[in-house]
Amino acid sequence: MAGEIQTSGDYIKHHLTNLTYGQLPDGTWGFAHTVEEVSAMGFMAIHVDTMFWSISLGMLFLLIFITASRSATAGVPGGLQNFCEMVVEFVEENIRQVFGTRPNAIIGPLSLTVLVWVFLMSMMDLVPVDLIPFFAHMAGVEYFKVVATTDPNATLGMSIGVFFLVLYYNVKIKGPIKFGAGLFTHPIPHWSLYWFNFILEVVDLIAKPLSHGLRLFGNMYAGEMIFILIALLPFYAQWALSLPWAIFHILIISLQAFVFMILTIVYLTQAHGSEDH
Amino acid sequence: MTINLTMLGQMISFVLFVLFCMKYVWPPLTAVMRERQKALADGLDKAAQAEKQLEAANDSAAQELEAAKRQSADLIAQAHQRATQIVEDAKALAVDEVSRIKQGAQAEIDHEVNRAREGLRARVGELAVEGAQRILESEVSPAAHQEMLNKLAAQL
Repeated sequence: MAGEIQTSGDYIKHHLTNLTYGQLPDGTWGFAHTVEEVSAMGFMAIHVDTMFWSISLGMLFLLIFITASRSATAGVPGGLQNFCEMVVEFVEENIRQVFGTRPNAIIGPLSLTVLVWVFLMSMMDLVPVDLIPFFAHMAGVEYFKVVATTDPNATLGMSIGVFFLVLYYNVKIKGPIKFGAGLFTHPIPHWSLYWFNFILEVVDLIAKPLSHGLRLFGNMYAGEMIFILIALLPFYAQWALSLPWAIFHILIISLQAFVFMILTIVYLTQAHGSEDH
Repeated sequence: MTINLTMLGQMISFVLFVLFCMKYVWPPLTAVMRERQKALADGLDKAAQAEKQLEAANDSAAQELEAAKRQSADLIAQAHQRATQIVEDAKALAVDEVSRIKQGAQAEIDHEVNRAREGLRARVGELAVEGAQRILESEVSPAAHQEMLNKLAAQL
């Protein structure tokens, strides 16, 4: 697309590089201009494009739903309220089936936020891959990834947030002693195998947020990659592949947002249940 | 594909969005939904109650109608009875009247017969005398035969 990109390998790499702000090799702070500079920045850097899209879309989510709840009426609901209630009801129904009817103030709003936010972030995948980076390039921004969920930082950020909540509820519901003891006694309740249990349980505990975040990332990254590969085709042939893939992708993004929400509910349910695992 | 501060930033914005959702989105929307659910349930309850009441009203109306029908049938039967009674009474009255008139007439007839008889009786002597005169071609003195004539008249 842009003039300085020649090979398709460069094109793909360009599209998969985030707009990164961090410390440049010469010691000053600023945006990375090459892929090498990005990797040299290490941990003390931030993906501005990911943050921009995730926060904007999160704001959009809040804007839509707060607008609806501001004018919410118990009478005949309007279109927006109806839509929002439909989403809320869908979330509540899933919570009721998995989590049950235990009173919990956070699981509902958490699941709703996860569902809509992940859906909106993934939905940016349906915008033609070159469109927004093209305008960004014209505005002087070299790298601009549009789909926040193709950044593992975004998905892991959310899944680790859920993980902290899981730890909190484990400690709150089971108590620190019972939770700690459960790490040793769980699959095989025999004292000689407590060390083995502990390894298993810790791996299990850490694997949850990792798989939770990486599952979403992997699915979205693969989908984005296919859009980029389709964009390498001659322009007159692209529609033949990009249209069916985009239609299929509508299903994928809904499904992945749903799966992310359901896993959130399942992990929180496990944190609440004392026996079932 | 590098892990960096973005993850932390995402986590913070995630927490903030969830908090906002918890405060401004979830409670009002779910409250409104519960309220509507309750209103709908109440409405359905009321409809069921109204249906029951309607059924009861229909039942009682049918009962009332039945009672009214029975009452009217009774009334008609009573009226029939009364009419028959009146006719019977009238008939009896008429029969009485007839017999009374008949008795009157009979009395009158008897009276007339008696009078005629008395008249005849008064004149029987005269007629007998006249008859006898014709037979005997002679004068018969009514005074001389008064006693015999009276006997004759008494026989009549």
